[in-house]
Amino acid sequence: MANNIRIAAPKTVRKGEVIELKTLIQHAMESGYRVDKRGEPIPRKILQKFECFYDDTLIFEAEFHRGVAANPFLTFYTRAENSGILKFRYTEETGEIFEDSVEITVK
Amino acid sequence: MKFKLMVTALILMSCESASYTTSYDNAPTQPTPLKSGTEFLTPETRALQSDSFANPAFLWVDRGETLFFQTPISGQACSNCHTESVRPLKDSATQFPKFNSKTQTLFNLEAQINYCRVTYQQEPQLAYETEDLLALTAYTASRSKGRPLTVAVTQETESNFKNGRDYFFTRRGQMNFSCTQCHDRHWGQKLRGDTISQGHGNGFPAYRLEWESLGSLHRRLSDCDRGVRAEPLPLGSQTYIDLEFYLAVRATGLAVETPAIRR
Repeated sequence: MANNIRIAAPKTVRKGEVIELKTLIQHAMESGYRVDKRGEPIPRKILQKFECFYDDTLIFEAEFHRGVAANPFLTFYTRAENSGILKFRYTEETGEIFEDSVEITVK
Repeated sequence: MKFKLMVTALILMSCESASYTTSYDNAPTQPTPLKSGTEFLTPETRALQSDSFANPAFLWVDRGETLFFQTPISGQACSNCHTESVRPLKDSATQFPKFNSKTQTLFNLEAQINYCRVTYQQEPQLAYETEDLLALTAYTASRSKGRPLTVAVTQETESNFKNGRDYFFTRRGQMNFSCTQCHDRHWGQKLRGDTISQGHGNGFPAYRLEWESLGSLHRRLSDCDRGVRAEPLPLGSQTYIDLEFYLAVRATGLAVETPAIRR
């Protein structure tokens, strides 16, 4: 299944306003400690990094480790200075990238 | 005499824990007051359930919505048949499990989705507990969120009801427990660290924290069976559908809570 990403960001904001951004991604965050039905270890496969870009400027990043539960959820804040695109990028330790973006308009 | 006293004591013991009513017709035993699984959650989990963004079950609902409007090769999307006015999804999940007069069998929502796929979309059935079937079930059920369950026993479904009721009342497994012992008589009490719920299925498919994933009611039922060390039935089996039917009738008065969060 595709790794669904949910993003919550206001569509229109006032200039200088501090806005709340929330994101949720579907990911098993397989820790490597679990075994399957036949007792074979399930290989570790976790998201390693999250980055948020505001018009290509990195405004927030987070590192994930294997203690993090499945389907991680993040909330963070930024100041809206100009209309632009917010890009949410998750990097898996395999190198695979999951990305989504939203547009915000400053009035 | 001694034996009689002991029996009386046992009956008193089983009655003091929680009140429940028994009737021998087609009425299920219903715990009073009726409490949905939500009421047994911590305030934090309840807050997560009611937050329509942070609730991780919505990842599946979103996916289900996409699938619902997606057109397969045959050209028949779910949304072609189910519009706002014709065969709307709203309130449809409240009627399941439902008797299908064409096949003369009882369908739960999963079975109905697979029936539609094969009959109207010329698509293969989706296996139980696959991401796509979970997503479609979650999406369709979530359209009835907040609407009361309206499943009732009819002449056609009487045997299903009885089969489901028998399963509910039959002791099984190494532990020799029946569903009714926990969920009718001892709900609200502790089973190790957890509070025993009344065992309603109105929130399913639900995101279970233990699974870290969305799961069907049948997966939950098989977990219960495994919990009493009985051999679980295959997911989607007729007996589980009958049990689902019994549970739905037993939960009359509660509303659909899909996509719910459960422990």
